[in-house]
Formats: sequence, C-alpha cells, structure tokens
Amino acid sequence: MTSTVRTYLGRLLPQLIALAIIITAISIIFPGFLNLQIQNGRLYGSLIDILNRGAPVVLLAIGMTVVIATKGIDLSVGAVMAICGAVSASLITSGHSLVETLLVTLAVGILCGVWNGILVAVLDIQPIIATLVLMVAGRGIAQLITEGAILTFIDPGLIFIGSGSFLGLPMPVVIWLIFGILVALVVRQTALGMLVEAVGVNREASTLSGVFTPVLLIAAYVLSGLCAAIAGIIAAADIKGADANNAGLWLELDAILAVVVGGTSLLGGRFSIAASVLGAVIIQAINTGILLSGFPPEFNLIIKAAIIVFILVLQSPRFRTAFTYVSMPRAAGKPTEREAK
Amino acid sequence: MKQKYLPLTATILIFLLSYALCVAQYPNMLSTRVIGNLLTDNAFLGIAAVGMTFVILSGGIDLSVGAVIAFTGVFLAVVLEQTSIHPLAAFALVLAITTLFGALMGAIIHHLEMPAFIVTLAGMFLARGMAFVLSIDSIPIKHPFYATLKSLYFKLPGGGRITLIGGLMLLVFAVGILVAHRTRFGTNVYALGGGTATAKLMGVPVAGTTIRIYALSGLLAGLSGIVFSLYTSAGYSLAAVGVELDAITAVVIGGTLLTGGSGFVAGTLVGIFIQGLIQTYITFDGTLSSWWTKILIGLLLFAFILLQKGIIRLSRPERQHA
Repeated sequence: MTSTVRTYLGRLLPQLIALAIIITAISIIFPGFLNLQIQNGRLYGSLIDILNRGAPVVLLAIGMTVVIATKGIDLSVGAVMAICGAVSASLITSGHSLVETLLVTLAVGILCGVWNGILVAVLDIQPIIATLVLMVAGRGIAQLITEGAILTFIDPGLIFIGSGSFLGLPMPVVIWLIFGILVALVVRQTALGMLVEAVGVNREASTLSGVFTPVLLIAAYVLSGLCAAIAGIIAAADIKGADANNAGLWLELDAILAVVVGGTSLLGGRFSIAASVLGAVIIQAINTGILLSGFPPEFNLIIKAAIIVFILVLQSPRFRTAFTYVSMPRAAGKPTEREAK
Repeated sequence: MKQKYLPLTATILIFLLSYALCVAQYPNMLSTRVIGNLLTDNAFLGIAAVGMTFVILSGGIDLSVGAVIAFTGVFLAVVLEQTSIHPLAAFALVLAITTLFGALMGAIIHHLEMPAFIVTLAGMFLARGMAFVLSIDSIPIKHPFYATLKSLYFKLPGGGRITLIGGLMLLVFAVGILVAHRTRFGTNVYALGGGTATAKLMGVPVAGTTIRIYALSGLLAGLSGIVFSLYTSAGYSLAAVGVELDAITAVVIGGTLLTGGSGFVAGTLVGIFIQGLIQTYITFDGTLSSWWTKILIGLLLFAFILLQKGIIRLSRPERQHA
C-alpha cells in the first residue's frame, strides 16, 4: 500500500512541485492569497476560487487524457460544451424538469462522443480531422438551438449547479472531484486503463492480441463528450444562460495544455488523470496569479506558449537521449509502477 | 482518369453545380460583381490557405495562421501610428518577422521531433499574446498610402472589380501552383508527405524542407495579415480568430489528403470559392442565418473526408498487386 502511494506521489511530483512554487510565489506577493474564510457555510478564498474557475478545464482534461492516451485528440470539446449548454438552457426554459434536462443534455454529449468515436474507430479517420468536423459545425448547431440569442434561464436547480455549494465547497468543485475520482477508479481498478494505453502505444498490435479496439476507442471519445457535456452545463449554469458563441471557446486548447502539463505524452500511451487535473489547476493558478499581479491578462497566452515549449523540450526524444542518465532511472521505474497495481 | 485527380474533379464539379443552383434561384449571382467580391472578401483566407496547403501536403499542420494574421495587423497599425516609416518598409519588416517565426516553428518541429500540432499551438498562443501585448484596442490605420492601395483595381466587364488584394490572392495561387509542381522544393514537399523515412532515404533534405515549409506558411500568413489590414483598415488583436480552421477546411475540400503527399494548390482555390459561395448565397437569401455557413461547411468537410477514405481504400489493392 505504501509503495502504491509512493509511486503515485513520484508520478505527480513534478506537477505538485510546480503548483507549490506558483502558489508560494503568488502568496509572497499577495499575503492574503492563502486566506480561507467560511461564510454562510461555504469556503471562500482565492484558492477555492482557482478550483472553482478551473472546473470546466479540469473536466475537459479528464476526458482529454483518456483520448490522448489512445493516441487521439478531441478538438470538438469546446463546441460540444456550447451545444450542451444550449440544449440544457432551451430544455429548462421550455418547461422540462431539471432531471429531464440534465439527462437529455448528458445524452447529447454522449451522442457527440459516439459520432467522433465512430469517425475515428470505424471510418479510421485521423482524430485531429475527425473531431475538426464537429468543432467547425458544432457552434453552428449550438446557434441553431439557441436561435442566435443568448438563452437565459432562472431555474434555481440548474443555477445551483453553477453557483451553489455542498459540504462547504462550490458545486463545480464537488462535481469534478467526484467525477474525476469515479473515472480514475473505473480506469485504474479494472484493466481498462491498461488496455487504453495498449491501444495508444500500438493500435494494430493490441487488435491482434485480442483487444476490441473499436469499442475502446469509441468509449474514450464518449467519455470526452460526457465530460464536455458536464462542463457545458456548469458553464451555462454559472452565467445563468447559454452563449453559443463564447461558451467553451478555445477551452479544447486549454484542456490539451492541461494534459501536456500533466505529463501525458501526445504520442499516446501511459496516462495519469490525477496529473492532468493538477495540470488544469496549475494553468488556472497561473491565470489567477497574472490577474492578481496586475499584469495585463494578455501575458497569459505568452506564458502558456513558454510552458508548452518548455515541456516539449523536456519530452523530446533528442533531449532524452542527450540526458540518458537522467531518464534511465525513470525508465527503470516503469515496471515497478505496473507491479504496484 | 488518374485516381489522384478524382478529389479535385469532385471539388470542381461540386462548385460548378452549386454555383449553377445558386444562379438558377438568383440570376443576379451570375455577375462579375459577385465574382469580384468573392475574390476580395476571401483574399486573406486564400493567401493563408496556400501556405496551409504546403504544410498539409508535407503531412503537417499549422494552427498559428490566424494568430499570425492578427499579430501582423496589430503590428502594422502600431508601427504606422507611432513611427513615420513608409508602409512598404513596415510590410517588409513584418514579413521578415513572420517568416522567421514560421522557420523557428519548423526548426522546433524537426529538431525536437514533436508533433506539428502542439508546436504550432504554442506558436498560436505566442503570436496572439504578442498581438495583445502590442495593443488590446482596435487601432484604425489612416495612412494615405493605404487609401491609394485600396483604390487600385482592375475593372471587369459588367461592373465587377478585381481589387488589389483579390488580384494578389490569384497571383499567390499562381506562384503556389508553380512552386508545388515545377520546383525541387515542391517535389520535396510531396516526398515528405509520402513519409519522412522514405523521403530521407530518397535524399530529400528533411530538415531544410521542413523549416522552409513552415517559413513559407509564416510568410504567407504575414502577407495574409497585410491583406487583412488593407481589407479592414485596422489592426485588432482579436481579429481573424479561427482562420486556421477555415484554411484547413478549404484545403481539405480542395481535395488535398490530410495525411499528406497528395493534393493540388489549385484545389484549395476552389475550396475557398465554395466557402465564399455558401456565404454569398446566405447573404442573397437574407432569411437564412449565418450559422448555417458553419454547419454546411462542416458537412462538406465530412463528405470530403469520406470521399478521401473511399479513394484510399480503392487504391490499396492496386498497390498490393504492383
């Protein structure tokens, strides 16, 4: 048990250190940054705010991690968020109950995932292009549902999902925590995670060795669609309306960045959902830090670019071979991590 | 007919057919005026799409195009507002910057062996971020030279005009076609798209070609930015969002294989025309909303990907026999 904990910590160490450095840096400049207060039975503070604001990207990153582990990518998540936000807003305003609204919205997200999955798994189209179709058309579909306007709603149940609180934490944080743990358990307590990694490393070899690849691939995109649906509901509930133009705009890129910061290779294979969640939180912490520090938020993009380049250099095969003595112990550590599970 | 011409033929047929349908409903659409506007309105997209065609032919992708266009526009606006240098000098300066920027991305892609997708994503963040740092406001460009450039046009019979930027797009396409099919660089690009390992064995200078491809894409994105700033007479860091997607779509609709190695620069021009035609039709109709453009283009994209898949599947057994 302790060895399991240790290998997990070892995997998450770089992300944890990065997050600690960022939070320390911000709290040195702004001493009040770490303050937490309880008001009306809910925690308030900048740290909670980071977790809350980061909710959509965290959710997208969970699904994106599994898709990227299969050597795929899902560009459509932002558009799916817009579609699902539009669906939930139009259902709730046309008098459907909250449960119906949520179920139908989640089903729409799953449907989008099935579409992407079939394109990738059955029609064998490259993932970037397959999901590009829905990325291009998705916002148009969302506009069609909202009829071009921003659909606002006043249903307290739906709004609660965006701004309510449960056990002292904001609802979005509770949702992504529970969902993330659920997905991680399903993936890691069964052989599913390993099969996903196998498909990502070599799809043909996994098919030949008896893995039912198409179903696994479709399942990965369905998970991504489901994550996008939940993120879409949260984003819509947060602003009490569905904005087909701006909901989830460019969040797919943030989600991919979160996965990359989390150390999952874009070339598929080994993945860690916890690390991607940490990656998303790191990105949000940087966003918040820049806003607090009074720098114009425009610097955000430049910092993101710098992060990508930095991680690319770390991950590049050439850099690794040049520093073989650094990567050797890590490579040797791989089997023990497997054995621990 | 050779199989490689099939996607291009399909694209041209679809364009002619849809144009005929449009004309049947609105006879006014068959005028040089509409065609001239089609060229002018899509000039910046077309120029960027030529660069994208080369990148996709080589098996890569360039997501930074839209951001580079926005950066170019803001850079020109700021430079022309705060200094007194001539716009032509500013054009040369900005083209040098964007070309270097593209070359840098190409070098990273080649030397770090990283997917083009993520490298150009970083490039997109960087270019858009630099545009934001220069200015977050929309800055008008009031230089008299801009007015001169905008007033240049070639009058067509029937009242249509080929403006400077529309003509420039056609010129860029012509040069692009020549470079793709009549130069060593063009052949290298096709070879690279067929497979990096094979290309290397054939003696293609992979590093130089990769860097040149992305430098070319950067150069054309810069040129597209200049055209965009002429078109809008302003520089705005939030402009041209998503142009890279439109460009990729035009390339795919134009019949270029996304896996690289097969396709035509001329096809991209038809792809641009089809996208422009859908927009023109929606404007003529007046009751359809503009979001139908996106849905229709998405459907077209899907149809062409299916067509490509079918062609690849058809051509496979042949290769085995050979």
